[in-house]
Amino acid sequence: MQYKRPLFHIVKRKDPPWYASAGIRLLAVLCALLVCAAVTIILTKEDPMSVFSTVVQGAVGTKRRIWTLLQNSAILLCISLAVTPAFRMQFWNVGGEGQVLMGALATAGCMLKLGNKVPAPVLYPVLFLASMMAGAVWAFVPALFKALWKTNETLSTLMLNYIATQLVAYYVVLWENPKGSGTVGVIHSDTNAGWLPVLLGQKYLANILIVLAVLVFLTIYLNTTKHGYELSVVGESERTAKYLGINVTKVILRTASLSGALCGLAGLLMVAGTDHTITTSLAGGRGFTAVMVSWMSHFDPIMMVITCLFIVFLERGSGEIATVLQLNTSFSDTLTGIILFFLIGCEFFIHYRIVRSGKAENKEVSHV
Amino acid sequence: MIQQKPTIKLRGITKSFGGKKANDDIWLDVYRGEILALLGENGSGKTTLMNILAGIYFPDAGTIYLNDEEIVIRSPKDAFSYGIGMIHQHFKLVEVFSAAENIVLGAEGKLDMKEAKQHISEICKMYGFRIDLDQKIYDMSVSEKQTVEILKVLYRGADILILDEPTAVLTPQETDKLFNILRSMRDAGKAIVIITHKMHEVEVLSDRVAILRKGKFVGDMLTKNTNAQEMASLLMGRPVELNIQHSDPVDPKPRLEVRGLTVIGEDGVTKLDDVSFIANSGEILGIAGISGCGQKELLEAIAGLQPVQSGTITYLEDSGTKEELVGKDPFDIANMGITLSFVPEDRLGMGLVGNMDLSDNMMLRSYRKGKSAFVNRKDPRRLAERVVTDLSVDTPGLAVPVRTLSGGNIQKVLVGREISTAPTVLLTAYAVRGLDINSSYTIYDLINKQKERGVAVIYVGEDLDVLIELSDRILVLCGGKVSGIVEGRGALKRDIGLLMTKLGGGAPDAV
Repeated sequence: MQYKRPLFHIVKRKDPPWYASAGIRLLAVLCALLVCAAVTIILTKEDPMSVFSTVVQGAVGTKRRIWTLLQNSAILLCISLAVTPAFRMQFWNVGGEGQVLMGALATAGCMLKLGNKVPAPVLYPVLFLASMMAGAVWAFVPALFKALWKTNETLSTLMLNYIATQLVAYYVVLWENPKGSGTVGVIHSDTNAGWLPVLLGQKYLANILIVLAVLVFLTIYLNTTKHGYELSVVGESERTAKYLGINVTKVILRTASLSGALCGLAGLLMVAGTDHTITTSLAGGRGFTAVMVSWMSHFDPIMMVITCLFIVFLERGSGEIATVLQLNTSFSDTLTGIILFFLIGCEFFIHYRIVRSGKAENKEVSHV
Repeated sequence: MIQQKPTIKLRGITKSFGGKKANDDIWLDVYRGEILALLGENGSGKTTLMNILAGIYFPDAGTIYLNDEEIVIRSPKDAFSYGIGMIHQHFKLVEVFSAAENIVLGAEGKLDMKEAKQHISEICKMYGFRIDLDQKIYDMSVSEKQTVEILKVLYRGADILILDEPTAVLTPQETDKLFNILRSMRDAGKAIVIITHKMHEVEVLSDRVAILRKGKFVGDMLTKNTNAQEMASLLMGRPVELNIQHSDPVDPKPRLEVRGLTVIGEDGVTKLDDVSFIANSGEILGIAGISGCGQKELLEAIAGLQPVQSGTITYLEDSGTKEELVGKDPFDIANMGITLSFVPEDRLGMGLVGNMDLSDNMMLRSYRKGKSAFVNRKDPRRLAERVVTDLSVDTPGLAVPVRTLSGGNIQKVLVGREISTAPTVLLTAYAVRGLDINSSYTIYDLINKQKERGVAVIYVGEDLDVLIELSDRILVLCGGKVSGIVEGRGALKRDIGLLMTKLGGGAPDAV
C-alpha cells in the first residue's frame, strides 16, 4: 500500500511578537472588508466604498454619534469586565444578562420608592449598594450550588437570566406609569431624583467615568492583589489550590459575587445613567456579547477596551447602512458577521502556520 | 540474529514545535530480529521521532523507507498498514470492555469474536503472554493493561513494535516478564524499538542502542560493545559520574510518628490500612510499592490534603513538644509553625500552575505573607532567579509559563521552591519520574543535602535500585498495608520486590 504525501500540514508557531499578531489581525480585517465589498456588490449592487463610508459616518460621523459610541462601548465594557474575574477562575458566568437586569431592577425600585424622599447624598450610595447587591446575589446562588454540589454554573447562570427577565416583567406591570401604558415610563422626569449627574454638559460622561474607574480597579485587582492571584490559581487547578490550603469555596463565592456586583453596576448605569426607566429588554443581549468580548480579549481588561469600541463601532455603523441605504438590518448583521468571522478565525494563523511538506535529499546514513 | 539490511530507514527527519526543533535531521535504522533501545534525555526527541513513525505526527522534512521503498505515514492507520504499531506510555483502552473486545476494537473487516479470540490465544501462546481474555480492563493491573495494549498491536499484524517507556509502571518481576516476551518476539523476527532512559534496561535487553541528544542523532552501536558510562557520556555530551552518595544519618531523632493510619478513599475503597512508622530527622525513609498501593494517600494525609478515618500523625519537635497533624489543612499546618514541604506526584496539576510563569509559581507557597491586600512579586522573582541559577534550570526567562519547560526543569522549579522554605519534613512522590539522568542526579543531590541539613525526608520511589542506594530505611507498602520495613544499606531488590507483592513470607501485616 502506498500513500501520497499530503500537500501541506499544520505546524504550531512560537508565540509571535505583538506586532506580528497585530499585523495578522489587521490583514484579517482587510480580507474581511474585501469579502464585505464583494458581498455588497453581489447582493445590493451598491458601491462598496459608499457603504463603508456610511458605516464610518454612522459610527463617528457627528459629535453626538461619537458620544453614543463611547457610551455604548462603556456599558458593554462594564459587563465584559464584570464577567472577566469569573472567567479567569474558569467559572463560566453566562448570566450577565440576568445580573444586569437585577441591578437595574434594584436601581429602579430604589429610585421609585426613595427618590424625592431621601436627600441625594443618601440616595446615591443606596442605589449603588442595592444594584450591586442584587447583581451579586444573582451570581452568588449559582456559585454556591457549584461550590456545594458541583452543579454546572453555565446552566444555572443561564437559567437565572430567565427568572430575572420575568421578575422585571412583573415589576414593570406593578410600577406601570401611566396606568395602561405597559411601561414604567421615565422615572422622576420632573425632579431627576436618582439620575446620574450631567457632567460638563455631557449626559454620558458620568457613565464613561464610572466604567473607566471599574477598568482601573479590575486591572489592579486581577493583576496585583492576593485575591486576583488566588482566583487565577483556583481557575487553573483546584487541586493546586487545595494543596496550598486555599479555601476554594470561599474564593469561588467571592469572585462570582464580584462578577455579579459589577454586572449589577452596569444595570445601574443604564437605569440611572441613560434610560431612566426599566424594560425587560434593557440588557439587550449585551450580557452575552460581553462573554464574546472577554474571550476575544483573552481576559485582558485593556484589550477589552479596544474590542468593545470595535464591536460597537461595527454595530452602530452597520445600523446606519440599514437606514440610509434602505437595506434591511439583516444585511448589516451579515457584514458584522463576516468581520467577526475573520477576526476570530485569524487567531488560528497567529498560533499555527501552514507548511508545504518538504522532502529531504537522500544522503547515505553515517554510523558513528 | 541480526539482518544486514534495515527494515525501516529514517532519513533526515525534522520536526519543530513552536520554533523548537524536537527532531533535527535524524537518521535511524531499525532491523528485524533486533531490539533497538532508543536512549535519550527528556526532551531529546525520542517520543517525537517514534510518534512520527507511528503516524501521530507528520515530519516537517525527511523521508521514511520501508524495505528500501519510500513510504508516507499520515496517520496511525497508515502506520498499521505498514505493520508499524506503537504502545504508548498512557494506555488507550476502554475500561468497561473486556481484554478481547479491546484488542479487536478498530480492526477492519468482519468481526467474528470466537475466531478473533482463538487468534489472540495463538499469539499469546507464541510469545508467552498470560491473560484472561474475558476480564474487564477496570479489573486489571497496570501490567495486564499493558499486555492488552501489546496484544492489540500484534493482533493487527504489526511486526515493527515501538514501546514508549514500557517499564515505568511495572514492578521488577513484571519487567522481567515483559523483557522475556520482547526477547521471544525478537527471536520470531519482529523489529522492536523501546524508548527508555534507564541505562540498565538498555544493557540487559537491547541488541543495539541509538542515542539522541537535544533532537539530534548522536550515534548507534551494538549494546555489547558499549557500557553504561560510555552511553551516559554520549547522552550528555560530556563525561558523567553515575553514583548516588550515601552518608550515614547524623543524630537522627524521631520527627514524625504515624500510628494506625487508615484512609478510605472517596470511592469507599480502603487506601491505607493501619499504617504505622516513624520518620527520623536527618534520614531518608524510602517508600516502595506497586503504584496505587497507598503511597499517594500516605503523603497527602501527612500534608493535610487527605481526610483520615482513624489513626494519628504526630509531629515531634526537638524540644519534645508534640503537635497532631490529623484534621489540619496545609494552611493550618503552616500556621502552626511547621515547615512541611511536599513535592507531589502531579507536578503541573498540583505542585505548580502550568500556565503561570516561574516567579508566580514561586509565590504559590508564600503569597499570603503579610497583611497587605497586594501580592509581593519582588521576593518571588528573586527566589525564581536563585532557583534558576542554583539548580541550573534551563529556561528562556522567568516570565515563561512553567508548562513550556521540560519535565526535568519543571521538577527543579518545584523542588527548588519546596526546599527554599527550609523545611523540617520533606515529602517527595516520584521525584524523578520521567526525568532524565542528569536531572535525576541533581534531584538526588538536593534530597541528600536536605537530609544532611537534618530534614526528615520521606521519599516515595519506583526505581528500586535508586531507593536502595538513596534510602536509610525502606518501608514497603502493599495494598495499603505496611508489608515490611527494611534497612536501605544492603537491601536486596528481590526481597523488596517480594514484599511489594506481599509474598513476603508470612509477615504480611508486620510493622
